[in-house]
Amino acid sequence: MEFLSDIASLINSTLRISTPLVFAAMAGIFAERSGVIDFSLEGKMLMAAFVAAVGSYYLGNPWLGLLLAIIVCVCLSMLHGFASVTHKGDQVVSCVAINILIIGLTTALAAAWFGQAGLTPTLNEDQRFLEIHLPFADALRDIPVIGTLYSDILSGHYVFVYLAYLSVPLVFWIVFKTSFGLRLRAVGENPSAVDTAGINVFTMRYKALAINGVLIAFAGAHLSTAVNANFFREMSAGRGYLALAAMIFGKWHPKTALIACLLFGFTDALQIRLQGVELPVIGEIPVQLIQALPYILTVVLLAGFVGKAIAPNAIGQPYIKER
Amino acid sequence: MSNIVVDKSKVPWWVSNVIVPLVNLTLALLVSGLFVFIAGENPIEAVKLIIYGSFGYIQGFAYTLYYTTNFIFTGLAFAVAFHCRLFNIGGEGQAYIGGLGVFLVAINLSFLPVPIVWLLAIFGAFLFGAAWAYIPAYLQSKRGSHVVITTIMFNFIASSLMIFLLVDVIRDTNQMAPHTVKLPEEIWLPSFEAFSGILGIKIRYSPLNLTFLLAIASLFFVWFLVWKTKWGYEMRAVGHNTQAAIYAGISPHKNIIIAMCISGGLAGLLGVNEILGVSHKIQAGFPAGYGFTGIAVALMGRNHPIGILPAAFLFGILYQGGSEVTFEMPNITRYMFVAVQGLIILFSGALENLFRPQIESFFVRRLNREVNA
Repeated sequence: MEFLSDIASLINSTLRISTPLVFAAMAGIFAERSGVIDFSLEGKMLMAAFVAAVGSYYLGNPWLGLLLAIIVCVCLSMLHGFASVTHKGDQVVSCVAINILIIGLTTALAAAWFGQAGLTPTLNEDQRFLEIHLPFADALRDIPVIGTLYSDILSGHYVFVYLAYLSVPLVFWIVFKTSFGLRLRAVGENPSAVDTAGINVFTMRYKALAINGVLIAFAGAHLSTAVNANFFREMSAGRGYLALAAMIFGKWHPKTALIACLLFGFTDALQIRLQGVELPVIGEIPVQLIQALPYILTVVLLAGFVGKAIAPNAIGQPYIKER
Repeated sequence: MSNIVVDKSKVPWWVSNVIVPLVNLTLALLVSGLFVFIAGENPIEAVKLIIYGSFGYIQGFAYTLYYTTNFIFTGLAFAVAFHCRLFNIGGEGQAYIGGLGVFLVAINLSFLPVPIVWLLAIFGAFLFGAAWAYIPAYLQSKRGSHVVITTIMFNFIASSLMIFLLVDVIRDTNQMAPHTVKLPEEIWLPSFEAFSGILGIKIRYSPLNLTFLLAIASLFFVWFLVWKTKWGYEMRAVGHNTQAAIYAGISPHKNIIIAMCISGGLAGLLGVNEILGVSHKIQAGFPAGYGFTGIAVALMGRNHPIGILPAAFLFGILYQGGSEVTFEMPNITRYMFVAVQGLIILFSGALENLFRPQIESFFVRRLNREVNA
């Protein structure tokens, strides 16, 4: 039973840790499927975390914090679009600019408004999201297998965890089953054909970026108003890049991207457990190596040892309408 | 807005290479001023402090040039890779590992004559930085893994690796903090105050040292390499049009690897300044964001050594003047200047075409009028 509950808690933390990655990967799918590279997931996630924490602190309601985060992230996505879609600037440079700007701005403003350490004030219970306990979770806990599955794995998560996993089929449906999704994919593959069909390439890319902004805001709010009760400096810690790697590894497809996100989440959940543990044969692994595991895994996955990823055809190229 | 068509051949070079970048820089600084205002301080006072801090006294100016040294290295690093259309944003990690190279060479070979130790240490820095860039380069060219993600990951991995080494392997065991022992004093690079001491001028401590000249030499080195050698031509050809380069018999794989390795090596030279010149030991986190600033320096300097020198100097002013600001204004932290970098990358990189058509057509029309009159 000890073993079973260990497994259950490992799965539980995998689901929780993967949540921001899932949101970010879904956000990335929208941008990149429309032909716009989005390395700025990292910066937008950080900004969302900051805005959600500050908003919720002043407005007293985490949902309002989330709403503000969504607005700000959509604005950042529009900025990326303004630079790289309208003005045909380099998409990677635009993303790098946004990321560096946000790392600086969030910490500088947190320090200016709340003191030197670059932290936002700790949120109380009314100002943050709390774990949701599904009905009958306590009553069913003692039933073997089903009890563990329901009470220890499914129940007791933050609202974002459920939303993240619900967003995957929704994204799949939008991208692959609706006419909007068809146009979205076509804009990323062959924009001039789409243009010939009378669809505005620029509008499509802006729409995709707007959805991207909404989704990434959830990832940031999850970090600062659910799992943590405040914002701290560079709290996104590379998750935006991990999610992007998961999306590429998942071949720009929601289902496979989800699996890659869960793999990252699992590695992270495992690394927390591995710290300071003596393993047979190898002995104790240095804590720094364990902490670097998700990053090493990213490199390994991207190296495509499990199959080559093929990006949308028109990705990274600004669309120039012929006159 | 983008409907203005300008005949590029009629635009004078100084309009596209001086006026437009200056306009973009001004825009970035105006928005920065807005941020300073939001943080609750007076932007004009901040500018005064920056100018005083970086030019107002000789020690401050020496600090400015010390920062300039670092930014020349990281700016050149980004620029070299960029000419091959590679975004090396791993300068931070490459500089970190480069520092390890300097230290290992210097501490193990300190019995050799001093100038030889310096040369070998510089070589060590270059080699270690290049090696750290090699893996992302290989993965980019052979496996198509995007170099932006892999170099970022290598920054994280470098940081973990160095912390591990500094805590468990090369730490100065006489104390607990994660840094190494100091290098023997004979092999430290001569500092600015030592030079001015010879000239009979006494100034207070500054971190400026001989590495500044190495940075200037690197500017020439990169200019020669990229614009005057066959390899530089091949590398730019790969960056400009990979397909055409392949038809011309140029190997993209080879050029991607070489470009990234030189880029990583240049970033590694930052370790020479920091370890052989200033702190004489490896401290945890010594690259302190210089690698990222290099991106802004290179983009502002339009990836050319002639542009990178003033851009690096400008960032030197911002850093040194910035520390004056953070000292005087409690609401401004050094992170405000990270945000300023982001804005400069945004306006002089991604949004560089924002007003370019208007400015260029304005000057072309004026020049035409002069010719006709």
